Amino acid sequence: MREILHVERLCAGYGQAMVLHDIGFSLGEGRSLALLGRNGVGKTTLVNSLIGVTRRTAGTIRLGGVDITGFGPEKRARAGIGWVPQERNIFRSLTVLENLTAVARPGPWTPARVFTMFPRLGERRGNMGDQLSGGEQQMLAIGRALVLNPKLLLLDEPTEGLAPIIVEELLKALRDIFRAEGLAAIIVEQHARKILKITDDALILERGRVVHKAASAALIEDADTLQGFLGVARAAA
Amino acid sequence: MNMASPTTPLPAAPVAGTAANAATIVNAPGTASPARALLRRRRAWKPAEFLFWGAALLAPLALPRSMLLMNEIAILGLFALSLDLILGYAGIVSLGHAAFLGVGAYAAGLFALNVSADPLAGLVVAMLAASVLGFLSSFLVLRGTDLTRLMVTLGVALLMFEAANSWRSLTGGADGLQGITIDPVLGLFDFDLKGRTAYLYSLAVLFVLFLAARRMMGSPFGLSLRALRDNRLRASASGVGVNGRLVLVYTLAAAYAGAAGGLLAQTTQFVSLDVLEFHRSADLMLVLIIGGTGWLYGGLIGAVLFELFQDVVSAATPQYWQFWVGLLLVVFVSGGREAVHKTGAALRQRVAALFGGRRA
Repeated sequence: MREILHVERLCAGYGQAMVLHDIGFSLGEGRSLALLGRNGVGKTTLVNSLIGVTRRTAGTIRLGGVDITGFGPEKRARAGIGWVPQERNIFRSLTVLENLTAVARPGPWTPARVFTMFPRLGERRGNMGDQLSGGEQQMLAIGRALVLNPKLLLLDEPTEGLAPIIVEELLKALRDIFRAEGLAAIIVEQHARKILKITDDALILERGRVVHKAASAALIEDADTLQGFLGVARAAA
Repeated sequence: MNMASPTTPLPAAPVAGTAANAATIVNAPGTASPARALLRRRRAWKPAEFLFWGAALLAPLALPRSMLLMNEIAILGLFALSLDLILGYAGIVSLGHAAFLGVGAYAAGLFALNVSADPLAGLVVAMLAASVLGFLSSFLVLRGTDLTRLMVTLGVALLMFEAANSWRSLTGGADGLQGITIDPVLGLFDFDLKGRTAYLYSLAVLFVLFLAARRMMGSPFGLSLRALRDNRLRASASGVGVNGRLVLVYTLAAAYAGAAGGLLAQTTQFVSLDVLEFHRSADLMLVLIIGGTGWLYGGLIGAVLFELFQDVVSAATPQYWQFWVGLLLVVFVSGGREAVHKTGAALRQRVAALFGGRRA
């Protein structure tokens, strides 16, 4: 299995505040990783560090064997990182199709394929970005990351604020995406059980450090760990 | 606690059903077609556009005595189009766009005086000179806030004004460049006193440059500029080259403004410090406020309305016409603009419906 992402002893934060300490993990081709933890433990900061918008004080990040530690966001995106931000950040003055076309890069993921994956988006291809519902905006944000044809897809709380029925639809689509063409993915999520069902591996953060790594299938059965680090009640299982 | 070493690969898991799942989203033939269809639709001419350019072309027949005014409108329209490229599409505010107009005007004037009186060659020289200044000053507007950009662009224009004022041996200082003569366009059409050739020449240049801008702004390059304007970080993290695009569009806009300056110099056969004055940049903002930003016709329609308003008001009250222009600005910015735009949008939709278009 080819290694896509390799993070080694990464320390990063914002300004003078260090949020991440000695983070290290790797992710292989076609693998999906659930990044779990309570509020404020550094999950989004880790994603932001991978896209290159935090201040790094130590450590290295390699993508597909290339050291991207010194790259800015633009160069990292070109190197193969697709990012779905927590706030979605749809380009409001562009239509759905234009949102995809503006950033599309050559590869198997095209706007048409995104519309196959999310038919609702295809129906609304002529609508402006700010005319979409929350679920549609999230689909568009994911589609926009996919048409970059990335090696690594980063999703920051993709189900936040969405209705349960939309969440189910989205998770099903994400499972299909994760299993297509060797794309590696990291998904940040507070609702552990939802996401462990569709990912291969899991990593738990606490106070900016990695405190647990496991296969998702194993972790979902490990009620003590889920309760201890994430406060997931047994009853919720 | 199960703590693996920091760089231990995560455990593998079976990837059952990979092929089946991949098959459900397999790439269909012709997958790029929506993007191509989008670009084709954007490039397709709408009926209202034919009307607009048809009216502009036939205007000399209807208004033979207003050729000079229409020439001014065409030049101001090109100048406004140039500012819209950076303001409306890339979100770069500028209070110093007159710098490029002035450099273009002086370059065309000096070229005609010292090298060749061929208008097309002079126009190319004007565009090149302005684009060089645009390229060099573009690096000053890459960073900072809107306020920083306003000050930087204003500063560049002031520098150019003082340079032109001081370098009398080259620019003629306050007296300007005099004695400019321009050869017939394509060796066939002499510049006449009524301004007929001047207008048609300016209109032709405006049309060609408009076509190029229309093509560019409807392409993925134009879309990515608008993405940048909406959210620079998001666009950057999507692999859109921020600095490269901003430098390119700023240089391009400078070349367009230089062409407007070149036309002004050639059709009036005179260049003075007035082309670098602050009011040129300020008027331009007003034109775009009237016509709207982010659509290429905004500058053109704004130029028509602004020049007509100025012409009517200055004829009615020669001493106080600037008062009425100021009042127009205040009324427009204070809320009238939305009402005017809504009315305009409704009118455009009606016109488009008449000609079977989706929208004007």
